Amino acid sequence: METIILFSPLIGSLICGFGWRLIGEQAGMVVATGLLFLSMLLSWIVFFTFDGVTEQIQIMRWIESGSLSTDWAIRMDRLTAIMLVVVTTVSALVHLYSFGYMAHDDHFREGETYRSRFFAYLSFFTFTMLMLVTADNLVQMFFGWEGVGVASYLLIGFYIRKASAGAAAMKAFIVNRVGDFAFLLGIFALFYLTDSINLSDVFAAAPELAETQISFLWGEWNAAEVIAVLLFMGAMGKSAQLLLHTWLPDAMEGPTPVSALIHAATMVTAGVFLVCRMSPIMEFAPYATTFVVYIGAATAFFAATVGLVQNDIKRVIAYSTCSQLGYMFVAAGVGMYSAAMFHLFTHAFFKAMLFLGAGSVIHGMHHEQDMRNYGGLRHKMPYTFWAMMIGTLAITGVGIPLTHIGFAGFLSKDAIIESAFASGTMAGGFAFWSLVIAACFTSFYSWRLMFMTFFGEPRGNKHTHEHAHESPVTMLAPLGVLALGAVFAGMIWFGSFFGHTDQVARFYGIPLAGEVHASDDRGAETTEAHGDAHDEAAGDDHGDGAKAADGHGDDHHAAFGGKPGEGAIYIGEDNTILDDAHAVSALVKASPFIAMLTGLILAYIMYIRRPDLPAKLAENQRPLYEFLLNKWYFDEIYDAVFVKPAKALGNFLWKRGDGNVIDGGINGLAMGIIPFFTRLAGRAQSGYLFHYAGAMILGIVILVTWVMVGGAG
Amino acid sequence: MGADLTILLPEIFLSLCAMAALIFAVYTTKDEVAPLLVWGTAAVFVALALWVALSGNVTRTAFGGMFVDDAFARFAKVTILLSAAAILVMSKDYMVKRDLLRFEYPVLIALAVVGMMIMVSAGDLMMLYMGLELQSLALYVVASLRRDSVKSTEAGLKYFVLGALSSGLLLYGASLTYGFAGTTSFAGIISVATDGNISVGLLFGLVFLTAGLAFKVSAAPFHMWTPDVYEGSPTPVTAFFATAPKVAAMALFARVVHDAFGGVVGDWQQILAFLAVISMFLGAIAAIGQRDIKRLMAYSSIAHMGFALVGLSAGTAQGVEAMLIYMAIYVTMNVGTFAFILTMEQDGRHITDIGGLNMLSAREPAKALAMLVLFFSLAGVPPLLGFFGKYGVLLAAVDAGLGWLAVAGAIASVIGAFYYLRIVFFMYFGDPEARGTDVAVAPVQGAFLIASAAVMVLGIINLFGVEALAASAAIALVN
Repeated sequence: METIILFSPLIGSLICGFGWRLIGEQAGMVVATGLLFLSMLLSWIVFFTFDGVTEQIQIMRWIESGSLSTDWAIRMDRLTAIMLVVVTTVSALVHLYSFGYMAHDDHFREGETYRSRFFAYLSFFTFTMLMLVTADNLVQMFFGWEGVGVASYLLIGFYIRKASAGAAAMKAFIVNRVGDFAFLLGIFALFYLTDSINLSDVFAAAPELAETQISFLWGEWNAAEVIAVLLFMGAMGKSAQLLLHTWLPDAMEGPTPVSALIHAATMVTAGVFLVCRMSPIMEFAPYATTFVVYIGAATAFFAATVGLVQNDIKRVIAYSTCSQLGYMFVAAGVGMYSAAMFHLFTHAFFKAMLFLGAGSVIHGMHHEQDMRNYGGLRHKMPYTFWAMMIGTLAITGVGIPLTHIGFAGFLSKDAIIESAFASGTMAGGFAFWSLVIAACFTSFYSWRLMFMTFFGEPRGNKHTHEHAHESPVTMLAPLGVLALGAVFAGMIWFGSFFGHTDQVARFYGIPLAGEVHASDDRGAETTEAHGDAHDEAAGDDHGDGAKAADGHGDDHHAAFGGKPGEGAIYIGEDNTILDDAHAVSALVKASPFIAMLTGLILAYIMYIRRPDLPAKLAENQRPLYEFLLNKWYFDEIYDAVFVKPAKALGNFLWKRGDGNVIDGGINGLAMGIIPFFTRLAGRAQSGYLFHYAGAMILGIVILVTWVMVGGAG
Repeated sequence: MGADLTILLPEIFLSLCAMAALIFAVYTTKDEVAPLLVWGTAAVFVALALWVALSGNVTRTAFGGMFVDDAFARFAKVTILLSAAAILVMSKDYMVKRDLLRFEYPVLIALAVVGMMIMVSAGDLMMLYMGLELQSLALYVVASLRRDSVKSTEAGLKYFVLGALSSGLLLYGASLTYGFAGTTSFAGIISVATDGNISVGLLFGLVFLTAGLAFKVSAAPFHMWTPDVYEGSPTPVTAFFATAPKVAAMALFARVVHDAFGGVVGDWQQILAFLAVISMFLGAIAAIGQRDIKRLMAYSSIAHMGFALVGLSAGTAQGVEAMLIYMAIYVTMNVGTFAFILTMEQDGRHITDIGGLNMLSAREPAKALAMLVLFFSLAGVPPLLGFFGKYGVLLAAVDAGLGWLAVAGAIASVIGAFYYLRIVFFMYFGDPEARGTDVAVAPVQGAFLIASAAVMVLGIINLFGVEALAASAAIALVN
């Protein structure tokens, strides 16, 4: 079944990409989409029936080279199951959506075939993404990793006649190379130290790595730390974390379904997936995970601030994605991989929905993307409006504080913020405050988007507004499905991702350890009710939270156990974040909600009550506004520090090095020196016998002299 | 005595054949039997080649070591006989058409071949000189075969005068050697010059001997006769010059330096390396200026002799083996190339200007393709056989610690590639307006051309055992 899930997108891609001439464009698209829906169906079946025990499904022998021996295999565990569901669901819906969105496109000439190519790319992307998440070894994962990079490149630059799209595609590809290089170094280091690239072997060797020293660059380091940092740097590139984030907003040049699928729901979360997948190594690298927390928190904060002032509807959502990815990394960094996956899971639904909603708006507004030209659209496109509303409620985290009832983002985001606070370290504290502030900003820019787009008076081109229309049903149906996820995904799976220790352990197939206290009702463990002895330290505020929601008692003596690699994720023995997070004070638990409300009220005041305020504020705080509008000047700094010098060096090597020195040298030799000798040789060949005889005598004189001198020496 | 003659039986048989043919032709219809003689001589060559090739794998000496019949000599003899037979067969049509075919031609070629066979078997300076002069005298005459042509007689005369000079140098070297070693036999000389110790007089002798032999292989700076003689001689004779005598002279070269001076490798190694470098570069550079394809092939052969000398100057069995393989490949390529050159004509007149090759691919696609393969192979372009020949000699040089020589060889072959590729350019992308050559209908030449090109391609897969033969030949020479 897993094999079918994996290969049906590839088959769809091949049929649609190469076979459309035989079966027709429309048929090709239908085949690709149909196969993806099949994948999706099977993925959900796998997700629900999966028992949590890691298994390997071998497909073929792959590499035999020296001590490197590896299979092409599917590693089936809970992480894979989650990712399968996320990837195939969003991809299937995006395929369906694209029927409507890509129906007519001004970027292509009349009669040009581009839709089958688009669908083939989408399916190809899905295949490589599945390759990545099902990988059983690092090289296989790297294959998927690069495959999604290629697909992303092809799709960002899909509008081949648009120069900015081509530039954005290259930027995405090149910035990703930086991260990929680090990822590769990480793989090399792992192979060098463990002599294997299979995940199981690598995980088993993790405790050993923590004891090993490795010399890298200028010093001696702990091997686990080095590897963890290198792998995380790879993740930074794919997941657009601070310093390597610049490509993501530009990637919005691609068609909107692409943004929804690749640059919101799936590919950009590959980095988070990687860190979670590598949890056995991460757990042994405390400094590296601290680094992850700082980068994640800084990204969440930075992207949220930039999102405040952007005017392009897709860029707002892009920065929002960047920011949410930061949240996930914070969760992974503090050791709460499950919460990171939880947010990844819910975020996929509501972010894909926001993008598809935005796409619907853009489609209805004739490819106008500037929010300043929107306004009052809720009457023109009611379904889109309600879908966007649900998405916004989800991303801003609306719910009932201190309960487990709320939109998907409410539960997963709160889980992360509580985990960050509970970690108790300095990094955790920094992350906590960054994330709370970022939550406030998220709320502000999300509502700003809603208010500017759907409320108020129509602005901009009157003609466009008159012709604004609701999108066709192929575009609205995916929105409806995703809306279900955005509303319920959090509440349904809260327990599995962030509930009680033994529940989470069962979900991920992690063995439990140290369960001694509750031996009287061991049998109850299999049932949902497992309530008994309280830990007095966390008793009060904990009881009304977790217990009230899903009828759970808590037992702090249930702890994660097992060896690295036994479960889908590995939680170190001294990692008690999950329990600690459940025990934080009510104020901490309520803080994201308060932040959300603050943002909502601010946005309401500025864009509904007093629409003149934003302009005034921008005028008063000119430098700050410019700073944010220009994305903290990252692009300009990179341009000056990396791009310009690299171009200058390239130009120098091209014109001076290659052009003057090499070409000049070769040309001079070939056109000057050699012909000179040729003429000389021609002149020596005079035809006179005495010249020839003279040459022979000269030759023998030289030989004799040389031999005598050489012999004497 | 009888046993000694048995060993010389192939040479004696060939000499008798030549003389019998001469008498037969004189007393019958003279030139009218010439075609018959050509076929007959060629058949005798092939038969002798088989005889020599199948005469076992032992080393025998005759006349007290003056004549050596070993694997090395047999390898060289078979190559010489087969290439001479091929050239004879190829040249018949051309010569008949231009009324050049004299009955003396096959007889002279046969006598030259006898000389060559004696050269490669020489175990004594006397034997060496006898063989060399027998060969040379026959060649002087065939060079001026076209008696009514100024160019042809000039070529013969130049060759003769310069050849005499070189013989003088060689004889001077031989006499010095005899004077300081006290013997003319190679076995005696090597016992005097051992372990790198060589008297100054003997060293002088070595240098002069080398100079004389370098003239025969047309290595620079003793190459000056080559372009003029190649251009002036009738084309079949040029084809002959470019093949069998080169093999014989190179084999003789190897025999002298290894059999007589094998104890002082260091001394002749530098001389040979010097000759090799000068030849490779001169051959590559001077050929660029040539418009006449025969002169071009002359410079090409100078460059190729340079490469063969690279293998020889390694001073090892590996080097000799590489040299022998190189020569075998070189001869095959030249047979094919000259087979085509013989068919170049305009209005029935033979032409040799390379402009005549313009757009050959449009008129004769199969022949153009065969020429392309041959020229790529001559230039040493992988994966054709010519590349492996060059690779072998350069590898031998590197293994013998002459890395710089190999680098020089590689550079020279890059320069030399220019003029080979230029001809290919003419054939495929040349000026369609230019008057190109007509290609005479010539099944024999065509067959040799195609076969030679096919060997260049098929040889990559299998050299038909030539490597093993060359290896055993090299081991027989270098103990």
